[in-house]
Amino acid sequence: MQVEEFLERNARQNPEKIALICGSARYTYQQVEEASNLLAHALVSSGVKRGDRVVVVLPNSLEAVLAIFATLKAGAVFVVLNSTIKADKLTYILNNCRASAVIFGARTMAAASACWADTPHLQSAFLVESTEAQLDLIRSAGKKAFSFDEVQKQTGNRLPPAKKCIDIDLAALIYTSGSTGRPKGVMMTHLNIISAATSITTYLENRADDVVINVLPLAFDYGLYQLLMMFQVGGTLVLHDSFAYPNVVLDKILQEGVTGFPIVPTISSLLLQMNLSEYAFPKLRYISNTAASLPVEHIRKLRSLFPHVRIYSMYGLTECKRVSYLPPDQIDIRPASVGRGMPNEEVYVVDSNGNRVGPGVVGELVIRGANVMKGYWELPEETDQCLRPGPLPGEKVLYSGDLFRTDEEGYLYFVGRRDDIIKTRGEKVSPREVEEVLYALDGVAEAAVIGVPDPVLGSAVKAILTLSPGAQITSQDVFRHCASKLEDFMVPKIVEFSESLPKTESGKVSKRAIKERDSKLEGAPALNPSE
Amino acid sequence: MNTGDIQADIHNFVVENFLFGKADGLADDDSLVSKGVIDSTGVLELISFVQERFGIRMEDREVIPDNLDSIKNLVAFITRKVQQS
Repeated sequence: MQVEEFLERNARQNPEKIALICGSARYTYQQVEEASNLLAHALVSSGVKRGDRVVVVLPNSLEAVLAIFATLKAGAVFVVLNSTIKADKLTYILNNCRASAVIFGARTMAAASACWADTPHLQSAFLVESTEAQLDLIRSAGKKAFSFDEVQKQTGNRLPPAKKCIDIDLAALIYTSGSTGRPKGVMMTHLNIISAATSITTYLENRADDVVINVLPLAFDYGLYQLLMMFQVGGTLVLHDSFAYPNVVLDKILQEGVTGFPIVPTISSLLLQMNLSEYAFPKLRYISNTAASLPVEHIRKLRSLFPHVRIYSMYGLTECKRVSYLPPDQIDIRPASVGRGMPNEEVYVVDSNGNRVGPGVVGELVIRGANVMKGYWELPEETDQCLRPGPLPGEKVLYSGDLFRTDEEGYLYFVGRRDDIIKTRGEKVSPREVEEVLYALDGVAEAAVIGVPDPVLGSAVKAILTLSPGAQITSQDVFRHCASKLEDFMVPKIVEFSESLPKTESGKVSKRAIKERDSKLEGAPALNPSE
Repeated sequence: MNTGDIQADIHNFVVENFLFGKADGLADDDSLVSKGVIDSTGVLELISFVQERFGIRMEDREVIPDNLDSIKNLVAFITRKVQQS
């Protein structure tokens, strides 16, 4: 089975069922199926072949959903990127995966326009809400250019193209921040995605009458899977573009009779600052949380506000999609735990020799299951570090790099990360990636990026800089420079100038010493290791 | 305070804080969220600024795109609130 069959099966069995709600527009499974088939044929005619990569840079919208499914139907591999991505990173990823087509919208026009000259493999561009002048500009840079909206108006073939793939072919590359500073493409096959989605929909007990609201970007695997899982069970997805206006989202939950609300801790912080007494959400069945652990205080407040709603506390890694979930009946008993492995998945803690350890002993978490990725795209060394031989010949298990312990009953507790990745607003930020951008700013001598506790963001990205002699840079200059090179969530929230940065004995900048100095200066509590 | 002053204040705040000093052709009726100028934390910063600068209180119910999502909407909302107070 392949991922696009989620859509195809429902279009056959429940063609009139509402699959997707975007703003005030509603689309049935049949409409989504036919529209994505039109686009799939257009992709194939533009030259997209089995296994080619198609990059999708669109905000949460019908077009993004069509682009994902059309790519799969064309036998290709989808790569969804944040629509706030900037030119440098977009060029890097287009080249890294040697994308043959890109599907994007007006918001990304400026970043995309800067890419054409440096992306020799890229053949075609599909632009949503395009103008003739924009298409001409792309053509003059030597690419084939198509209007997404014109493709949708065609009276062409509304049936899917013939199947070319099998389930161990790649379906998606999901780019994630790496500690080396460059994003890495996590290779997921159809089988990986279907296994993960099946495990998750099993423990969430998702059904065709579920209505899930997704406010998280589809570039984030947690957001992407809301779409895939609703289409798997034949439910309805309410796709919303952000949580910027919480009331609008809460009203939507009421109006549409939403039954599932996936959140990250930043959303619960924003929610709990509001007066929620007028919202009872009678139809809401569950709230799920992942990306960073929900503070126990948030869990208690959500439980008392919405006693009928089950709270799922979960933990995941892009490399296997999801690792664990805490059964809702355990949330009052062990609120600090992220639970146990999902159905059809085994998780265990090992010592530095790879031997399994007992309860209470801290070690590295290992994941075994059909949801584990095939590796990082064209990074064999990094792949070998985290995918190591498993119990069966030829099998690979995932070494998470995260430290955990279990209690006597086998429930997992997060202890800390082995690298210094920052989790802000539920997204992973590589300090090295931000530091590289900072070093590119004239006048910056040294740069260190750390996460500092923040009540809404979990961790806020903080940059500490020393300047070259005579350099005059203000924090505004730093913010502006970073905003032009980095996605929104990576831009430092705080910039501090310092005379010097503490070093290790070998002369490297010491992050540990900087964090200690920072928490003393701010009088801030030490970082909660579980966040 | 007249509408022109409110407009100038809001425009300056948005450009200084979210565009780091470069207006980049931001129009008064551009959607701040869909243009990528602000996100959910940006909305919170905007609310604090409006409450403090204009001495008005924003209720949860008022935090909606019709009141906040463009410089034009903000100016109309603030003008209305200031007149009411």
